[in-house]
Amino acid sequence: MSTKKITVTVNGTSHSVEVEPRLLLVHFIRENLNLTGTHIGCDTSNCGACTVLLNGRSVKSCTVFAVQANGKNIKTIEGMAEGGALHPLQEGFKEEHGLQCGFCTPGMIMRCADLLERNPNPTEEEIRWGISGNLCRCTGYNNIVKAVQYAAKKMQEAEAVPA
Amino acid sequence: MFCNTSKEISGLGHGMKRKEDARFLQGKGNYIDDIKLPGMLYMDIVRSPYAYAKIVNIDASKALAIPGVLAVITGRDLEKYKLHWMPTLMSDTQMVLPTDTVMYYAQEVCVVIATERYIAADGVAAVEVEYEPMKAVVDPFKALEKSAPVLRPDKGKTDNHIWHWEAGDRAATDKAFEKADVVVKEQMYIPRIHVASIETCGCVADFQPVGGQLTLYMTTQAPHAIRTVLALVAGHVGLSEERIRVISPDIGGGFGGKVPVYPGYVCAVAASVLIGKPVKWIEDRMENLQADSFARDYHITCELAATKEGRIQALRFKTIADHGYADAQAAPSKFPAGLFSICTGSYDFNTAFTEMDAVYTNKAPGGVAYRCSFRVTEAVHAIERMVDRLALEVGKDPAKLRMENFIKKDQFPYKSALGWEYDSGDYHTALKKAMDTIGYNKLRKEQAEKRKRGELMGIGISSFTEIVGAGPSRQFDILGIKMFDSAEIRVHPTGKAIARFGTKSQGQGHETTYAQIIAQELGIPAAHIEVEEGDTDTAPYGLGTYASRSTPVGGAAAAMAARKLRDKARKIAAYLLEVSEEDLEWEPGKFFVKGAPEKAKTIQEIVFAAYTNHPPGMEAGFEATHYYDPPNLTFPFGSYICVVDIDKETGEIKIRRFVAIDDCGNIINPMIVQGQVHGGLTQGLAPAMYEEFIYDDDGNLLNGSFMDYLVPTAVESPHWETGHTITPSPHHPIGAKGVGESPTVGAPPAIANAIVDALSHLGVTHMDIPITPQKVWKVLKEKGVVKAV
Ligand code: FES
Ligand code: FES
Repeated sequence: MSTKKITVTVNGTSHSVEVEPRLLLVHFIRENLNLTGTHIGCDTSNCGACTVLLNGRSVKSCTVFAVQANGKNIKTIEGMAEGGALHPLQEGFKEEHGLQCGFCTPGMIMRCADLLERNPNPTEEEIRWGISGNLCRCTGYNNIVKAVQYAAKKMQEAEAVPA
Repeated sequence: MFCNTSKEISGLGHGMKRKEDARFLQGKGNYIDDIKLPGMLYMDIVRSPYAYAKIVNIDASKALAIPGVLAVITGRDLEKYKLHWMPTLMSDTQMVLPTDTVMYYAQEVCVVIATERYIAADGVAAVEVEYEPMKAVVDPFKALEKSAPVLRPDKGKTDNHIWHWEAGDRAATDKAFEKADVVVKEQMYIPRIHVASIETCGCVADFQPVGGQLTLYMTTQAPHAIRTVLALVAGHVGLSEERIRVISPDIGGGFGGKVPVYPGYVCAVAASVLIGKPVKWIEDRMENLQADSFARDYHITCELAATKEGRIQALRFKTIADHGYADAQAAPSKFPAGLFSICTGSYDFNTAFTEMDAVYTNKAPGGVAYRCSFRVTEAVHAIERMVDRLALEVGKDPAKLRMENFIKKDQFPYKSALGWEYDSGDYHTALKKAMDTIGYNKLRKEQAEKRKRGELMGIGISSFTEIVGAGPSRQFDILGIKMFDSAEIRVHPTGKAIARFGTKSQGQGHETTYAQIIAQELGIPAAHIEVEEGDTDTAPYGLGTYASRSTPVGGAAAAMAARKLRDKARKIAAYLLEVSEEDLEWEPGKFFVKGAPEKAKTIQEIVFAAYTNHPPGMEAGFEATHYYDPPNLTFPFGSYICVVDIDKETGEIKIRRFVAIDDCGNIINPMIVQGQVHGGLTQGLAPAMYEEFIYDDDGNLLNGSFMDYLVPTAVESPHWETGHTITPSPHHPIGAKGVGESPTVGAPPAIANAIVDALSHLGVTHMDIPITPQKVWKVLKEKGVVKAV
């Protein structure tokens, strides 16, 4: 099968790779780049385990071809902690026990990052709708909601402190 | 809550943050599909589009012509090695790959091995299979009719009946029913559902032809049992137990679905042995839903007999269990119906009788104990629905009727009519607490007022009793292996420890809770105790994690092993302090001399001495192992109350509030217990309102993907309110009972009871789960509430 050269920036590092046009972005991330924090939980774009940020917006990477990411910026769970410090969402998930098996967690966190970007202070209802494209079979969602609220608060406090 | 250690030690009762989270939060978990070995090949599976068909021909030539496709393995190939059939845990047999006939929709037909994942999928698409479809047997009742085709003549069967099981006193029960003032009866179906963990199943089989070693990385909840099964099943082709290593990496949810051995695993092992290279198999979601073990699928005829005041007297349940084409349940050998005989629930019955017949049909084999201690969910749903049904019949409030029929606190240990000895319980207090929390009496008043206005609101209770922690070796085994579990603790000279277990966490947080149990017993901070599970080369033998058995059995083993070490520590402390052992007193973290607390040795000092200055005549080192054989099961319980509002025009059901009061005995980590309850409640909501496998008359599964098998999202899942009472288990070393499954078991009847309650004044006495808006709307239309459109 013919291949196409793509260049993508993933977590700040640029990669130029020959890929088959049919290669899914999630497989590109997991197999070609060995970033296995992004997971696969379905084949119908329902579970959200594969969620990453593409040019800052959350996408289900099983529903995007790698070639469609050409020239774009991708952020995965591996790029969330900066300088050894957890992202407020990662911290929130830990503090509020927002994860159990951890399989949905990376996708959930990436989705929530986008959610908080668009709506820095969401209500419980808005959080629930906001993550309704991501399935979690373990937590019953109560603590995921709390984790997002934790992160929202923390991020707003950080904003409020003048640099 | 019991809690007598410092935060630094973090023994029982501390809501310690989870030790395992760091890797999961940063994408560094190591799940099965993350494992990559040099030279690894990929396997993909050709599956049957028919529920019942003869295989006329398999033409793999086009697949084999694809560059990168290395092999296509069929049942005929496996037959040469006598690997085409395998035993199930219930003394039945199931196909690894078929030689002649496919027995269910999506059954494995043959496998393709290729150098890459996508090429393996291309290979699957290119294999041409010619089938001769036959009329499938779908309905278990029809399967029992004389005219039904016999599905398993290979088992010497002349019909589709697998086994009959019964418990209790039939004659006494029949008599009680004859004499009873009131008899209530309902036919209910507990539908076929699926665990649907977000990670599917898979494995990497790595056979080394030179040394003959097999390393099998596998999504399994019971790695040791798998090793033994492999040795028993494939011993004749040279797989010997000392050369098999099963590694269960991080697991993305199990819930019982990762207990069985699926054909895919065996095919990957066979392929690796045949080709001599590592082979990876990861199933996709549709394969997972369509072919892996289902759960439930019981048709139960339920009857209760009572006095006219509603005093319960007798229970009679008769069940037809649809097992698909093989009885591939994951249950203890002597319990074909699992622990269904817990169906007398929280109530004091004089007599009871329950019987069950298992049936073959053309469906996927199973079923697994989905977040349930072997058929307890079915039993609890039946009894909790029937108690409400009785309350309706005698015109009594369902809470009052429960209170009047509960086993009383002073009756424990309580011998049930079906033979169990309940360890401890206090049902009245749990229900009272749930009623107070939700404001029960006020809600009933509101409901009465709303009814007058024609509005639909319902309140549902479930006061369940669970039975978990299998189990005592005199009764419980799997393939003859007794259901003990094990812990091994090694404390290093500097007072830090590693503990290994025969169980396997799938998200329950064992790395934290087991560390806390050991911290409690030894006073070593939980943060200094590493917990390792899932590698058969390093962990002591154990039967794994399911049926809420980790805390009751594995947790008990941890406490007992730690106590052995504490005994040794006392001896060393006495030696170091030059006093006799009797003169020493323990407080978490140190031994001190009675009356002279300044004369003390910390556990760290004692451990160091075990390596540097141990008493003469004593073995050096600081290690212990314990295999725990529980004296009894544990009986967690709880009371849940659900309030629903129903839109009388559309049938839409809204859960307004849900209060769950659980009693799981002593609590190890309240944060984790609460998390387990939340998750279990959503998994209880799922079958109550959303999930059910639907088959057409030809045996096609109509909703085998996440597009149409409705796993609840955060929107469907309500805001759960939780609480607890604490009634310790008298026989468990730390008084704990296990909690993971209570909410899955307890929630469905609370929700169903609430919905039926909202409609009961219209003459509705029962509705089968899942209770969907369509079902409610149909009822409303039937009853004239919704005007015909
Ligand atoms: S893998 Fe399920 S949505 Fe992408
Ligand atoms: S934590 Fe297991 S699926 Fe969400």
